[in-house]
Amino acid sequence: MTKEGSAISLLPHLVAVWLLAVGLYGIVTSRNLVHMVTCLAVTQSSTYVLLLTIGYRAGGTAPIFLDVPVGTRAVDPVVKALALTDVVVGATVSALLLALAVQVHKRHGTLDPEELRALRG
Amino acid sequence: MTLIPPLPVAVPLLVAALLVGAGPFVRRRVADPVAIATAAATTVLTALLFAQAADHPLVYWFGGWTPRDGVVVGIDFAVDRTGAALATLAGFLMTSALIFTWRYFEAVGTLFHALMLVFLAAVLGFCLSGDLFNLFVFFELLSVAAYALAGYRSEDPRSLQGALNFAVTNSVGGFMVLSGIALLYGRSGSLNLAEIGRALEREPVDGLVVVAFVLLLTGFFVKAAVVPFHFWLADAYAVAPAPVCILLAGVVSELGLYATVRVYWTAFAGVLGPHAAGLRGVLLGAAALTALLGALMCYLQQHLARLLAFATVSHVGLTLAGIALLQPDGLAGALLYLLADGLVKAALFVCVGVVQHQFGTIDERDLHGRGRGRTFTFGMLLLGGLALAGLPPFGTFLGKALMEDAASRAGHAWVAWLFVVASAVSAAAVLRAGLGVFTGWGVPAGSRADGPDQPEAEASRSGSGRAPDGSRPPATMVAPAAVLLLATLALGLAPGLAGWAQTAATSLSDHRAYAAAVLDGVTSKAPAVAAPALHLPETLPPAVLTVVLAVLLAAVPARRPHTRGRRRKVAWRGVLRATLALRRLHSGQVGDSIAWLVVGAAGLGGLLTAVLR
Repeated sequence: MTKEGSAISLLPHLVAVWLLAVGLYGIVTSRNLVHMVTCLAVTQSSTYVLLLTIGYRAGGTAPIFLDVPVGTRAVDPVVKALALTDVVVGATVSALLLALAVQVHKRHGTLDPEELRALRG
Repeated sequence: MTLIPPLPVAVPLLVAALLVGAGPFVRRRVADPVAIATAAATTVLTALLFAQAADHPLVYWFGGWTPRDGVVVGIDFAVDRTGAALATLAGFLMTSALIFTWRYFEAVGTLFHALMLVFLAAVLGFCLSGDLFNLFVFFELLSVAAYALAGYRSEDPRSLQGALNFAVTNSVGGFMVLSGIALLYGRSGSLNLAEIGRALEREPVDGLVVVAFVLLLTGFFVKAAVVPFHFWLADAYAVAPAPVCILLAGVVSELGLYATVRVYWTAFAGVLGPHAAGLRGVLLGAAALTALLGALMCYLQQHLARLLAFATVSHVGLTLAGIALLQPDGLAGALLYLLADGLVKAALFVCVGVVQHQFGTIDERDLHGRGRGRTFTFGMLLLGGLALAGLPPFGTFLGKALMEDAASRAGHAWVAWLFVVASAVSAAAVLRAGLGVFTGWGVPAGSRADGPDQPEAEASRSGSGRAPDGSRPPATMVAPAAVLLLATLALGLAPGLAGWAQTAATSLSDHRAYAAAVLDGVTSKAPAVAAPALHLPETLPPAVLTVVLAVLLAAVPARRPHTRGRRRKVAWRGVLRATLALRRLHSGQVGDSIAWLVVGAAGLGGLLTAVLR
């Protein structure tokens, strides 16, 4: 890897770490379940960034091999598939959690996780 | 005829889809037998697979995309003895849980059955997969199904809270796993476990490998509920319907440990092998902490499901101790213990489910003495408690004896004491609860021990149809407990089982043979390895000691001791305060659970960086 290559690839890694840290901080301090689910999505977006960074090739095109000469430089298609699967998983989990949050609001009249204190000890 | 490995995964998925599609037209009378038949058929398929994988691992490439010159182009299922054995266990537990469900719920939609079958399919895929990313996908699929099942009784606010904690914590664990996979892919250019192992082995350990390992370990430890990643577990168990608890306790924790074993021995054993001593220390520390904290919290519980939840935590610690030795002898013991312990936990949860169905509550204090005359359930709970303590000849005894033996030969003789203390205390809690509920032994009803506000008994009764006091529990609810305990007994008595486990563990921990089988298609017959002979005069005393301790601890009513003298009083108050603080830590808050997860991951990262350099 060239020098400028490493400088470019460091930034997205830092972004991924930052998103992870910010998302986790949000979950830990959250006072609203919808906010918490969103923070979980932010945490998950760090995995998207990480995956795409790892598959990135400097100067590569999208991995669609139609009408391009053989040997064209392209980014790694495998991580695209992984990221896509990850998005699907994320959508499922977010939908389920939001449904639970709606139920909590219906039964409890609140969305504040601190007020859910039925399970202790 | 050879069976194709994906079949056991496809069958329950297909039936689940049909059940959902036909949902509006299908009566429950139809859904129950269909689900049970599917689970039973899947169990038979996994058992067949198990028989086929007995000699050498079965490798199946989807679409026939076999590796070319050792380079992977496809996705594989790699089935060995261990994976197939766990898959069979999962099928068996699912069948029992569905039979139990039949009369447990008064009203339940076909969605419940569909979710159960999806869960089963994901578990089987997880056990059989040889591809790291597919492992992750099945891991997420089984998790999402489990979240929905845990929060199935959405009319109960507690249920929602437990499910939320379960879902958020495990999702974060899942992200950790995925990040670890991404890093490994960046290094090795592959998602196949065997190929990753070969690629990593070419270079010495560096920061990237350590970070990836820590991320994967954290994710799997969240699932297995190793301290301090365990906070979600008791909340999820306390609120999940009993049939779901059977699967959570019997399968999910087990899978977390299995994933650790599988990924370590296929991908990391080569590169981390030279540093095994340091790694062993860290893992043994985590195991000891988990076993002791779980046992203590278990003893402090009065809510039967939470009690069993912490017993699960404690026994996860014990199994991890066997794995942490990082050699085949300990692994063989851990493998047997994993299977036997899963069966025992499931049987105990069946008993708790019966109690809940009969009395509408599972709080030990509200139930005090109300179970008199329920001899069968009482007997099952008692036997389950004793099996938990490792009473010979239950399968738990054999697994524990093998692990203790391996630990003492590896120079960690203290592990035997860990086993005695942790299993005696957790079994004592179960026996105490059983004696209190079914004979009225111990502290009389109404006297609530001091502690933080307990989950209200009233809330735990919601959902399941409550039978009037005095009616007998239906046979389909109590019979699974007996069958599961018989299976545990069979595990302990089957001749040659120790040798079987030893062979399985040897081939599981041979990462070169695994890579050769997957990448080069070289399947050699696994050499039969004789298990180290167990000398009864050496292995029996700890087992007897454990059982005696458990019975004593259970029979002595937990009462405030005579506190004459100031110093004693102060000491007693200190103990009370410490336990109170410990219970306060388990606040049931999602935020706290995640905070502990971060602390645990950071701790694990720091320790492993220190020992792996």
